[in-house]
Amino acid sequence: MSVKVISVLENILQANEQVAAENRARLDAAGVYAINMMSSPGAGKTSLIEQTLRALSPQMRIGMINGDTSAASMDAERGAQVGAKAVHINTGGNCHLEAHMVRQALAALDLSALDLIIVENVGNLVCPSGWDLGVHARVVVASVTEGDDKPYKYPNMYRVADVLVLNKIDLLPYLEFNVDYFLQGVRLLNPEVQVFQVSCRTGEGIPAWAAWLRERARHSALP
Amino acid sequence: MHELPITQHILEIVLRHAQQADAVRVTDIYLVIGQLSSYVDESIQFYWDVLCRGTLAEGAQLHFEPVKAEVACQTCGARSPLAQIGQGCPQCGSLRLKVVAGEEFYVRAIRVLTADEVQEEA
Repeated sequence: MSVKVISVLENILQANEQVAAENRARLDAAGVYAINMMSSPGAGKTSLIEQTLRALSPQMRIGMINGDTSAASMDAERGAQVGAKAVHINTGGNCHLEAHMVRQALAALDLSALDLIIVENVGNLVCPSGWDLGVHARVVVASVTEGDDKPYKYPNMYRVADVLVLNKIDLLPYLEFNVDYFLQGVRLLNPEVQVFQVSCRTGEGIPAWAAWLRERARHSALP
Repeated sequence: MHELPITQHILEIVLRHAQQADAVRVTDIYLVIGQLSSYVDESIQFYWDVLCRGTLAEGAQLHFEPVKAEVACQTCGARSPLAQIGQGCPQCGSLRLKVVAGEEFYVRAIRVLTADEVQEEA
């Protein structure tokens, strides 16, 4: 017997990244823009999706892929009620979506009949940040009720965001939430991030967010 | 929880490289894990002990090589630990920082036993 050390240098997430690249290619071929929406539980992902659909549909045809750790599909149903073609993924207890789950969901949607897909990740500020799903932008939804220290405590999630939507700003008068301190924590590690401040309850700020999304989707559409 | 699929990926990578090298046993596995990758050594070890059974890598020792998260200041170029940047770059105070270490997550190497040709002939 002899002992041998073999250099491996292989990324452990490579299998996921391969599937993510396939998902992206598939979306691009169909001219569909897709976003991965992430947040802690209760920040308002589903409410933001509802507001987004009210603002963009029916001019835009929108699909929704909704990940939950259980069979409870009420979020997908909420999306369907406001006109989304919704697919529910039960992650079976898994704390985040992975690219292969999104691949399966994409197969259940008619991409030729869609302009935009919103993937609603499992509510969790840690694990989803590490998994590329093959979409075009990562949108992190934060809410003022969570406290202004979250970017400092969960740097990874705020660092990977292309867009940050700060929700529930109608509650700011009642809370000790320092918007500048919060945004400084985000921009420290992510100076390029695009920020929208909204209230899904009052509708404030939704038009600017919806306009950004519409513009992005238009760029992705097939000529 | 998410260490289960991760550990399966690690096992697949290890076994593929071991088979390519005609190994009869894998004795050690060296994993580089950046602080920002959010994987917990103990959890990987827990799932590993179960998943490796009955494979070439059964009983192999996992070696975790942690990498601390570091940022590089885009203004003055200084590198600092991520933990020290509460108020911006500790050197110049700039708020323009970029993570340059801590995202690593890979199998660096494995140590295997191979059957010597002489023994094979015997």
